[in-house]
Amino acid sequence: MVDVIKTLNFEFIASNPGSSFRGIHESIINYGNNTKPEFITCCHEESAVAMAHGYFKAEGRPMAVLCHGTVGMQHAAMAIYNAYCDRVPVYILAGNSLDATLRRPGVEWAHSVQDAAAMVRDFIKWDDLPVSLPHFAESAMRAYKIAMTPPMMPVLVVIDGGLQEDPISHEVSSRLRIPRLTVATPPQGDSGAVAEAARLLVNAQNPVLVADRAARTPAGITHLIALAEALQAPVVSQGGRMNFPSRHPLNQTSNARPLIADADVILGLELTDFWGTVGTVRDGLTRTSRSLVKPGTKLISITALDLAAKGNFQDFQRYPEVDVAMAADAEATLPALVEACKRATTSDRRTAFDARGTRLAQAHASALERARAEAAYAWDASPISTARMTMELWAQIKSEDWALVAESGIMSDWTSRLWSFEKHYQSLGGSGGAGVGYGAPAAVGAALANKKHGRLSVTIQGDGDFLYAPGVWWTAAHHRIPLLAIMHNNRAYHQEVMHVQRMASRHNRGITRAHIGTTIDDPNVDFAKIAQGLGVHAQGPITNPNELGPAIKRAIEVVKRGEPSLIDVVTQPR
Amino acid sequence: MKTAFFAFVIVASVSAQTPAPQPNAVPAGNAEAGKKLFVSYGCYQCHGYEAQGSSATGPRLGPRAIAFAAFSRYVRQPTGQMPPYTAKVVSDADLTNIYAFVSSRLAPAANIPLLK
Repeated sequence: MVDVIKTLNFEFIASNPGSSFRGIHESIINYGNNTKPEFITCCHEESAVAMAHGYFKAEGRPMAVLCHGTVGMQHAAMAIYNAYCDRVPVYILAGNSLDATLRRPGVEWAHSVQDAAAMVRDFIKWDDLPVSLPHFAESAMRAYKIAMTPPMMPVLVVIDGGLQEDPISHEVSSRLRIPRLTVATPPQGDSGAVAEAARLLVNAQNPVLVADRAARTPAGITHLIALAEALQAPVVSQGGRMNFPSRHPLNQTSNARPLIADADVILGLELTDFWGTVGTVRDGLTRTSRSLVKPGTKLISITALDLAAKGNFQDFQRYPEVDVAMAADAEATLPALVEACKRATTSDRRTAFDARGTRLAQAHASALERARAEAAYAWDASPISTARMTMELWAQIKSEDWALVAESGIMSDWTSRLWSFEKHYQSLGGSGGAGVGYGAPAAVGAALANKKHGRLSVTIQGDGDFLYAPGVWWTAAHHRIPLLAIMHNNRAYHQEVMHVQRMASRHNRGITRAHIGTTIDDPNVDFAKIAQGLGVHAQGPITNPNELGPAIKRAIEVVKRGEPSLIDVVTQPR
Repeated sequence: MKTAFFAFVIVASVSAQTPAPQPNAVPAGNAEAGKKLFVSYGCYQCHGYEAQGSSATGPRLGPRAIAFAAFSRYVRQPTGQMPPYTAKVVSDADLTNIYAFVSSRLAPAANIPLLK
């Protein structure tokens, strides 16, 4: 098993230890010499999977996870769902004890299950339960291949205790081999559909390119720049991945709403929610929906999600009525689309494109100036404004090879509006499933990936997110994972405060009690003390904005020594 | 498991980008009392403790607030994602004080080095 796993070239395998996989655990650290994969000790299976989630988005290849098929799988389930919604491959191996006559009395029975994958099958791409070592070898390769084929998603191979621990018979030994792995090339859009999309885009007066999880690799950014520049068309990034440089003059994310309202053609690249891009629901006394686009606006969709659909969990969003639907990987399709657009462009259209590009460049500059002006309000406030915190951090990292590995808690989009994002690893998107608790472990996982590249990993850490499974900070300290965490501590599950307030208003009952059950105060959590107790250098709580810059400088010194460092900052709500 | 990210996007009709109100349209209110009400009624949750606003939740309300009539009308009958606040929940007197608070916010300093 370890020989097979080593063939897959995992750098790390994250796990909270468990007896149902004690055999492979021991083999990895002794027979495998604890290298490729190296064992990463986690305090919760949700942390292990979320670390693998963040690691993939920084590194571009999966991390393995080991867990119990029962209790571990249940702990891991939420993080698996996040990875599924975020189209991220996580390679999960789960232990089990199938032969009831060989189980030890007591706990081993509670930690055994007929079908370990059942509880997560709705939100993984594939699973298997191999019954022999040759079977395991094929399933291990197949799982990797399936996970890495867009749309990418988690996979699960359940490994029985007998397979892990029993001696290998002569008969089985004679059949042992490691199958060759060939990862599938991503599917490219149909040539006819590409040509039609190009025709629509080139002839459009006001095209808009919208990208969510479009750029899987650095090449995806390059291709999207090429398309935008070929058309001089605005790009709106929904932030699922680092799709487009934030300071590129065609980046019009800040102007998305009016551009979409005025568009005659919209290209959606790996959008989870095309309907929500062109429509909206008002959460008022009654729920009403309306279109955000003009009648007749042509919608073009390129997404690999059209190739894989499941029904139980409803993350697929409302049905979008598009005009061209390419069931294909956007990044793989973009080069053909760029060339098709160039071929279809006449000199007249080129002239119109250039004029459009000039207007968009001015709009981009205006949006940046507007963001800077807005950031100045409440600059000296306490609790500290999120704009101030964002820019104090930017001042200290902008000259470094930095990466914003996670951003948990909603902060008025200050980073995307005010920072200059250029490289593919500088923004990794969100959790996918909006399950709180992703931010801290995903940041630690991404920072683990960034460590060997010498990047300065930075995360903006929400207080509610921190409290889900704070043991991951011990993991960061134990494995010497350099990471700067600056807390957006608004002392509340703030989104929920607003939801309760909305209900109170709707019921006309008064709104002074919305804090009950939604705030994290009385007592205020001392996050720095918690982090220190887990072995992490930490400062705070900081309430004076003038103390923030020096604190960040001190923290960066620690991170540059190869350790995590956390700053607790008491902030405005958003 | 809680879901957390559901951005309330408030339409810009109460945005402080709107022209300044006529002086005779501003009612007398107590800004200090309004500051407390701004917190206890949860206005800060979307608009920030200093009414500075947020692109994710609600627009800036001060220092150049819109005319009180428009402000009051929007609070009672919002057209965007903001929930309505009736006179039973927020009295006219309280609303006047809140308006005084947001109107009294200070303009930011010019030339903040970190925003260059």
